Amino acid sequence: MSDPVIEAVDVVRFLGDGAGQVQALKGVSLAVASGELTLLMGPSGSGKTTLLSVLGCMLTPNSGQVRVGGCSTAGAGAEDLAKLRREHIGFIFQSYHLFPTLTATDNVRLALDVRGESAAQAIAKSKEALAKVGLAHKISKFPRELSGGEQQRVAIARAIVGNASTILADEPTAALDSENGHAIMELLSEIAKDRSRGVLVVTHDPRIVSFADRVVRIEDGLIVGEERPKEQLEEIETAPLRALELARIA
Amino acid sequence: MSLIFTLASRNLCHDRVRFIATVVGIVFSIVLVTVQAGLYLGFGRTVTTMIDHADADLWIMPVGTKSFEDSAQLDARKRFQALAINGVAEAAPVVIGYAEWRVPTGGSTPVFIVGSDLRAGGLPPWNLAEGSVDDLSIPNAIAVDRSYFDRLSVKGIGDQAEIRGQKVEVAAVTNGIRAFTTTPYVFTSLDRARAFTGMPTNKVTYLLARVTPGSDVESVRARIKANLSNVEVLTSEEFRTRSRAFWLFDTGAGAALLAGALLGIIVGTVIVAQTLYSSTKDHLNEFATLRAIGSSATYIHKVIISQALLSAVIGFGIAAAVGLIIVQATAGSALPIVMTPTLSLGLFALTVVMCVVSAIAAIVKVTRIDPAMVFTR
Repeated sequence: MSDPVIEAVDVVRFLGDGAGQVQALKGVSLAVASGELTLLMGPSGSGKTTLLSVLGCMLTPNSGQVRVGGCSTAGAGAEDLAKLRREHIGFIFQSYHLFPTLTATDNVRLALDVRGESAAQAIAKSKEALAKVGLAHKISKFPRELSGGEQQRVAIARAIVGNASTILADEPTAALDSENGHAIMELLSEIAKDRSRGVLVVTHDPRIVSFADRVVRIEDGLIVGEERPKEQLEEIETAPLRALELARIA
Repeated sequence: MSLIFTLASRNLCHDRVRFIATVVGIVFSIVLVTVQAGLYLGFGRTVTTMIDHADADLWIMPVGTKSFEDSAQLDARKRFQALAINGVAEAAPVVIGYAEWRVPTGGSTPVFIVGSDLRAGGLPPWNLAEGSVDDLSIPNAIAVDRSYFDRLSVKGIGDQAEIRGQKVEVAAVTNGIRAFTTTPYVFTSLDRARAFTGMPTNKVTYLLARVTPGSDVESVRARIKANLSNVEVLTSEEFRTRSRAFWLFDTGAGAALLAGALLGIIVGTVIVAQTLYSSTKDHLNEFATLRAIGSSATYIHKVIISQALLSAVIGFGIAAAVGLIIVQATAGSALPIVMTPTLSLGLFALTVVMCVVSAIAAIVKVTRIDPAMVFTR
């Protein structure tokens, strides 16, 4: 496995106050490697979104550590964490969270604008990112003029336009039909092939497991399993050939 | 150009009803402040009209005179004492006071008499539309402003009336000499002014001193004060300041105007703050998204402040137009609303400050925003 782009080490996180307080993460360790698409799967309330928030530097752990690009976020203030997010992490949300009053280009450009990039450069990069996700012909459209699948593509373009080392996606296919969901996962899978970038997708949709290089399962705030479906599939596919080869050698 | 301005303007236009409410609030507030401040300025100018038009370097007046209309009396012999002082070229006597104007058809109205020595100068009428200052030399002659014709029941030169039982005849007509007290000014000679006001012949209200060319006003003033007892000697500017202070503050009129302006500012701030806050609440999800994708708090603050500034510029533009209409409409009234470039700039600055202050509640709201909320919405 290559170096992790982002990792959580023994993370504990409580949510809520007083009697209503719950321990959402009970000592979770998870590393997202570059060049991989990792699925984080688990039932509702298992701690998936809390872990995503912690890895995404939106929530700070009560104990344990988060490392972004090898550097610990311990002691970082709100503005330091925001800087880490804009420089290292791209987000994709279940409900897209596009700005309804901005065009597709401007929605993508926002990720660069918050970094202070010049307008001309940011517009050019945004158009390029939209072309990468297959929306070169819809750069001037507003979100209301786009289908759900297209809106999610715009959100993906926004996540990748700044060359973030980590893409964190929260249920990116949940609001889409299976065809659009399939297309989005193909796109994310393609993005994950970039050796400088790791993709973590939180989902409970079993139909997208085939796109994952690695599936991590979480339950009750603990990591309970991990598998590599592509490697297993490869093993299954190549097993008869290997047996034949062994027989020939014998 | 950064997307900050685009986001701000689109946020405003996205909810037109709220935007209109914001602009209406600003316009209402700024027009109210404009009217109050304009009245304040207009009042300040109107109360010094007589001082502004007097031909005087120094005003010699009874001790304790509060304003031009404060008609205490000086011994008329002081004029000759003043003329004997080195550097005094003229000491023109002026008599003022209230009197009752009676019209032949019956009825009466108070008038304010301004009497000058027509040879020595002092305070003769200006802006003459008909007749001349010399015409006031003929017996019973007076000058009135045409804006008071209806009040005085006259139609022009030659019309007659009665003041303090003495017949008077309109010999000259002025244009635009209006009194903030709404009591019409009646210009006449010094002796007739004494007769109309009941002032003894050995008394005057003011002596308007002019210094000889090349003399230092301050030195002459010092000499007058040293030689004349029981008088105050003020420059025109000092007398203007004293008159304004009396009418604006001692009477409470200025305080009332300033209180009205303050009320306008408070109302405007509350309206803008309320609409900006609710707009921010409506766009909270978007601000959380901005925060989630890594924007600094400053970036979001800039968006909100840009919204406030845009509202300020648009609101001020409309308010300025409404204000100009009001200024035009009141230009000929007894108490015109005055607009100066300085006041306009001040009002614009006030609008900007008011809108930025209004943004504080919204800024506090987004400062507390939790970016993780984007996962739950």
